[in-house]
Formats: sequence, C-alpha cells, structure tokens
Amino acid sequence: MSENKDSKVKNNAARPPSLWRRFGMQFGIWSVGIFMWLIFVVTASEAFTSKDIYLAFASSTPLFALMAIPLTLIVITGEIDLSFPAVMALATATFAKIYSGTGNIWVGFIAALVVGTLCGYFNGWLVTWFGIPSLVITIGTNFLFRGIELAWMNGSGVGLTDDKLLGVANILVGRSFFGIANQFWWTILATVVLWFILNRTQFGAHVFLTGDNKTSAQLMGVNVNRVKRRSFAIMGFFAAFAGLVASFEVSYFWPTLGEGLLMNSIAAVFLGGTSVFGGTGTVTGTFVGSFIIGAINAGIVASGINAFFTQVFFGLVIILSVIMQTVISKRIKR
Amino acid sequence: MNSKTPVIQLKNVSKTFGEVRSLSEVNFEIYPGEIVGLLGDNGAGKSTLVKTIMGFHQPDEGGKIWFKGEKINEWNVAKARELGIETIYQERALCEQQPIWRNMFMGREIKNKFGRLNVKQMKSEATRLMRERMGFTSTAVHPDNAVLTMSGGEKQGVAITRALYFDAELVILDEPTVGLSLSETKKTLDFIQNIKKSGRSAIFIDHNIFHIYPAVDRMIVLDRGKVAGNYKKSDITMDELIESMYRVARTGSIKE
Repeated sequence: MSENKDSKVKNNAARPPSLWRRFGMQFGIWSVGIFMWLIFVVTASEAFTSKDIYLAFASSTPLFALMAIPLTLIVITGEIDLSFPAVMALATATFAKIYSGTGNIWVGFIAALVVGTLCGYFNGWLVTWFGIPSLVITIGTNFLFRGIELAWMNGSGVGLTDDKLLGVANILVGRSFFGIANQFWWTILATVVLWFILNRTQFGAHVFLTGDNKTSAQLMGVNVNRVKRRSFAIMGFFAAFAGLVASFEVSYFWPTLGEGLLMNSIAAVFLGGTSVFGGTGTVTGTFVGSFIIGAINAGIVASGINAFFTQVFFGLVIILSVIMQTVISKRIKR
Repeated sequence: MNSKTPVIQLKNVSKTFGEVRSLSEVNFEIYPGEIVGLLGDNGAGKSTLVKTIMGFHQPDEGGKIWFKGEKINEWNVAKARELGIETIYQERALCEQQPIWRNMFMGREIKNKFGRLNVKQMKSEATRLMRERMGFTSTAVHPDNAVLTMSGGEKQGVAITRALYFDAELVILDEPTVGLSLSETKKTLDFIQNIKKSGRSAIFIDHNIFHIYPAVDRMIVLDRGKVAGNYKKSDITMDELIESMYRVARTGSIKE
C-alpha cells in the first residue's frame, strides 16, 4: 500500500505543469474573443473592417471595464460588490457639488476619488466587521449610496460644459492617436497597475490566499479582513474615477449614472475566467472579457440582426463561455 | 541564549469560546533543544493550545505568554512567525489552488525594499527546497504546480518544508502523521530529530503514543483543557504512560 503511494508520488513529481495547465483559462477567453471577432468580420465585414467600430469600442467599453478590472480583485477574495454603480454616481455628485461651490476642479476631483474610496472601504468594513455576505450587504449599500446621491442632487443632473472643465475633460475623455478615446488608455493603465498590484505585491499575493482558503491564510498570518477591506476600497476608487470618465464623456452628470453597467462589469469578470468561488482570476482576462461584451452590442447591430436579439446573443456567449471555463478548470485540476 | 530561559512559557493561559472553556489555566514551558510531546484525548484542547501559542486565538484575560524571556503583548500569527514559531497544522493550512511557491511563502513573501515581490527568487527557492529537503529529483519539480495536484504526503512535505525554511526557534507539529504512509511517517519523525539536533525546540502532538514516546524528551498530558501530567521520559516507561493515559480518560485525574 505504502509502496504504491510512493511510486505515485514520484510520478506526480516528475510532471511539471504543462502550458495548458498554466494558461488554459487564458487560452479559453482569448479564443472566445477571437472566434467572436471572426464571426463579426464575416457577417458584418463592412463595419468590422473599418476603424470606426474599433474607435467606438475604445470609447464605450472602458465605462464598465474600468470597474470590471478592480472588481476582479474582490471576486478573487471570494466576495462581490453590487454597489459600485451607486458609488460612481455619489462620487461624481461630490465632484459636481464641490466644483459648483468652490470653482476648484482639482479639489472636486480629489474629493470624488476620496468619497469613492471611502464608500468602498465602508462596504469592506461592513463585510468584515459583521461577517455579512457581500452579496447581501452591497445590495443595501447600493440603495443607500444611490439614495444619498439622489437626495443630495434633488434628482437633477448637472451640465459639465463649463469652459474651465475642458482641460480635465480632455485628459479624461479626449481623443488622441488616430482618434482613440483617452479612456481606453486609462483602461490599459488600470489593467497594468492592477496586474502589478495583484501579481507583484504582498497585498496581491494575499488576495489570492484569502479567496482560496481563508482559514489557511489566517493560520499562516494573513490578515484576510484587511485584504478584503482594501480590495473594496480599490473598487470604490475606480468606481469614482469611472463615474467622472462616464460623465465627462457625455458632458453631463446624470443622477442615474451607473445604472445598466452592473451586469456588464460582473459578466466581464466571469467571462474573463475569474472563479466565482474565489482564489483564481486575472485582470487581463477581465480586460478581454470586457471587450468581448463591448463588441457584442455593436456587432449585433452591424451584422444587421434585429437588435432585440442582442440579449439572446449576449446570454448565449456568457453561458457558453462560463461552461467552457468550468470544463477547462476541471481538466486542469485533474 | 541561556539554556535556562524557556523558548516559550505560558502562565495561566485559559481560552473560553462562549460557554465552553477549552483551556483552563495552562502552565508550561519549553527549553531550547527540547522536544515536548503533547498528549490528550480528542477535545482535550491540544489544537486550541497550539492556536493560542501561535496567536490565532487570543488567550482570556490574565493569561501570559513569554517568548525567550520577553513578555508578549498583542500576539498575532504574523508576529509569532516573525519571532520564530512555525506550526505544521493538522489541517495543513495550504491554499490548494495556488502554486507551490505561493504556499511555501504564504504570509511571509520575499519582497525587495520597495515592497515589490521577488517572484523569481521565491520560485527558485521553492525548487531548491523541494529538491534538497523534500527529496524530489531535480528537473522534475516545478514550483508552479498547484498544490491540489499533489498527494497527501507531498502536501505535508510542503507544510514541513515551509516550517523549516524560516529557521524557527520553535516548531509545532499538530498531528503531522495523520493520513501519511509508513515511509512518509518515518520521514516526519526523522524531521523531528533534526530539529533537536540543530538545537531548536518542538512541540509534537499525536494520538499515537508509539510515535510520540521515542521522539520526545518530555510529555505533557492535557485533559479537558487542563495540564493533567508532565513527565520526563526518563521518569516513565511507555507502559506506565499508556496506563496513566487510560486512567486520565477514565477518572480525569492522573494520580492513583
């Protein structure tokens, strides 16, 4: 019996992880993306061979990708945030109020980021202090933040067309390099920064450990609650930033800002191969997942399919991708 | 360090969970180079005691812990490991979806002075440790392998190597032989002897007296959260020990 076990040990040890084992999940999401792109190139070749549609992706997808990317960290820790659309709005409302009150753009800008970060930290505090599942508590804080924002703004929006705002608008959402929207570069930057945080800092290492096995991590001295609070705070920061980007993109702060982005962001995270059970995930996967979701909307319309089918297609892509990932991850673990 | 100074000393350490008193005024100390066996029935408080020493649980008011003669305040796991106590937990304390190198350096990652993780060094150290300490053949081992692809013995190997790597002054082994094959068990027992040879200390917890007795210098018997007995190996034969364990289980008292 023990002899058997020992020979198995040796065989196992003699097998370094294959590329498939290491990058299978990444491979899956990239192939879904390329496959979809090929379909669209064939069915709507005119639209998908001109650069206009790519410029459109570059301006619209970042509005939720900027939140999907930090959401990846929260999902890896085994939690979820459903309140970030309201954080977007509350933070941008802070900017609008402070700017109209003081006339100082940067004070308003920084205040918005601080409010966003604090909202996120508050979520994390509720989750870790009371041990409430984030799925439940962030539904509550979503209403709370949205409610505070609506009451504060009295339900009305604010135009962001002031000449003094042109500079900041240009930085956030201007066009550069062949007309690519700046928010695309911000999204790339967010991906790089969060990749670094996740893969090259101790905090990032603890994000994986927390989501993989909370008790093990605690037994080895990882402060899992602090890791979660910080992940939520990062989420809040990026939600605030995305709120400003989305509002400057349309030169108007809508009090309903963020509604409709929740599902896109969450879908992008899971499409990107992040496990709903926590412990594994990549920000680059989420980045690709975001652009797949961004492409579906435009692609359906450009292919001449009845726009009512958008959601059918959307649903099918998400369901099939997630099934594929489950199959891949089972094979990887075998 | 003076060999009269205990590595760790506990005074009046109690731990209550709600209505349940898991530890009741536990006193003991461990000296450098000493291997102490911790015996006791299920629920005697062995694991609670280990987790209290490690700072995972906070002792109740009035309990005091000294590490190498220094009184310890605000005890937590990170601090305990920093000072040189490592534990090989009964439940292994591994994150199984993560690669070996992440598990090896869990909670004590190698980073440069700017806080950037040195992933390359962690991987090469993990490879070296697996080769030298776990006896895996050179090219075969890959630190990127997820722990869940390993056998029970290999997982235990990761947990042991991890404890060893940080040159702990005190190594606690909480039922390390559970689920291991005969040869893996022997490896673990050899490992305990190596701790002693290098002048460090260990607490060895096991249900199997036949594993404990030959390996240790001293035995502490826990019963219902209390220290029921404290024997030097020279003072008691294995048969007497087994006899007194039965007596404790039956009567709750070590004395006849």
